[in-house]
Amino acid sequence: MASALINVPARAKRGEIIEVKTLISHVMETGFRHTQLGAAIPRNIIRRFVCTYNGTEIFSADLYPAISANPFIVFSTVATESGTLSFQWTGDNGFSVTESAKITVE
Amino acid sequence: MRRFWALLGLLVMAASAAAEIPSSERRSGYDLMGRELRAMQDDDTANPGMLWVLEGATLWKRAAGAAGRACVDCHGEASTSMKGVAAHYPAFDAGKQRPVNLEQRINACRVERQQAPPLAYESRELLALSAYVARQSRGLPIAVTIDDRMQPFLEAGRVVYERRQGQLNLACSQCHDANWGRQLAGNVVPQGHPTGYPLYRLEWQSLGSLQRRLRGCLVGIRAEPYEYGAPELVDLELYLMWRARGMTMDAPAVRP
Amino acid sequence: MERSASRREFLKIAGGVAAGIGLSAVVTVRPASATPAEMQEAIRKVVGSARVTPGKVKIDLPPLIENGNAVPLTVRVDSPMTETDHVRAVHVFTEKNPQPYVITFHLGPRAGRAQVATRMRLADSQNVVAICELSDGSFWSDNASIVVTLAACLEDGI
Repeated sequence: MASALINVPARAKRGEIIEVKTLISHVMETGFRHTQLGAAIPRNIIRRFVCTYNGTEIFSADLYPAISANPFIVFSTVATESGTLSFQWTGDNGFSVTESAKITVE
Repeated sequence: MRRFWALLGLLVMAASAAAEIPSSERRSGYDLMGRELRAMQDDDTANPGMLWVLEGATLWKRAAGAAGRACVDCHGEASTSMKGVAAHYPAFDAGKQRPVNLEQRINACRVERQQAPPLAYESRELLALSAYVARQSRGLPIAVTIDDRMQPFLEAGRVVYERRQGQLNLACSQCHDANWGRQLAGNVVPQGHPTGYPLYRLEWQSLGSLQRRLRGCLVGIRAEPYEYGAPELVDLELYLMWRARGMTMDAPAVRP
Repeated sequence: MERSASRREFLKIAGGVAAGIGLSAVVTVRPASATPAEMQEAIRKVVGSARVTPGKVKIDLPPLIENGNAVPLTVRVDSPMTETDHVRAVHVFTEKNPQPYVITFHLGPRAGRAQVATRMRLADSQNVVAICELSDGSFWSDNASIVVTLAACLEDGI
């Protein structure tokens, strides 16, 4: 599936609080499941999510196996200036995905 | 003579349709979900199925096979050309002389027009393309075409639906026609209309096709599930879509 | 509660066997789940010796969810989110999942509003706890309980 689905308003007024919605495809294998023959399925999850706004970190999250597959995270930030919001997800087995979205702030 | 058999077939269907849910009482599984899951389905920015729809949009434009063609080269923008398509599948395939479902139609295009190998059932790519195509029918009523050629297959599908199967010796109709709305092990039995396929099932933690769900049900009644693409499953899909005629498509749906 | 949990496990395993031995499908053999004591221990690790006061933070969780695989969770904190008075972090815990941690959100004055959401997994009907850490070093908590219905038919071996 597409790596990530990000929802950021394209435009905002300076000082306005905007909501950011992110959805990324990842199986988030907990490490607690077993195959039918009893073999353990190793853990494979996203462990960290970071959002930067024109280079400054404005939000981050530490994820654990209790987060559902295809992690969905919603947070808010103040629209301070036009520029780029950058999103990075990292996790087990060298998983690393980066996406970005532009915003125009009037 | 063919018209006679078609008419007789229709009369037989009408008689046995006494067990069918009256159209005013038809309910989608959507109505049985709680507020939070319905909100998950309705919000395109939160619906996990949209990850597959977006992938499908990318694949739509990607050239494939020896012919080096992408879907878009023949079909143009999917929002125009694919509007309403998923709502009338399974549809009759003149080459195979029987109905095929949407996944089989996509693969037929892959093989015949793109000269590319067919995509495996339940593969990421096939799910992405079928999700993308089905999304273009959202909001439209289900409308499979039943004519003389389709009649025998519809009848075959009805037979599968009403036949007792498996170690539990249950027929689909026993739960989904006669006992919908009642509880089974803490869950409400739905009527079983395929309005939202392919859908994101929380139990699977993934998007899956109607055939995956049907096979899951068959395993649930301890019957040997038909193989993906088996004629019995396609006939059953046809019957289910006919049974849900007029209901609104809402793919990609979210279900528990 | 214990009896129905092991009956569910038996049904899952029986279903797996009946569906066909040898197929490499996935069943959830539930390991020993965390206890409320383990959750308290995890909370201790986060707050240290500080006191945790109920209030300010609010968990928004449905009272019942059909499937525990993707439970929508929203957490709000009553805070002006200024430089001098804001939420530093929100930690979420469960008491009956195999391990107690769910997620930690790191906020700050640039958030504008202390409201975060995600979807979590719940292994059973249980309590979910949210602890928020404010810029003045204080900790506040909220607690919500939810009923989780498991799906009726088992899908092993398809």
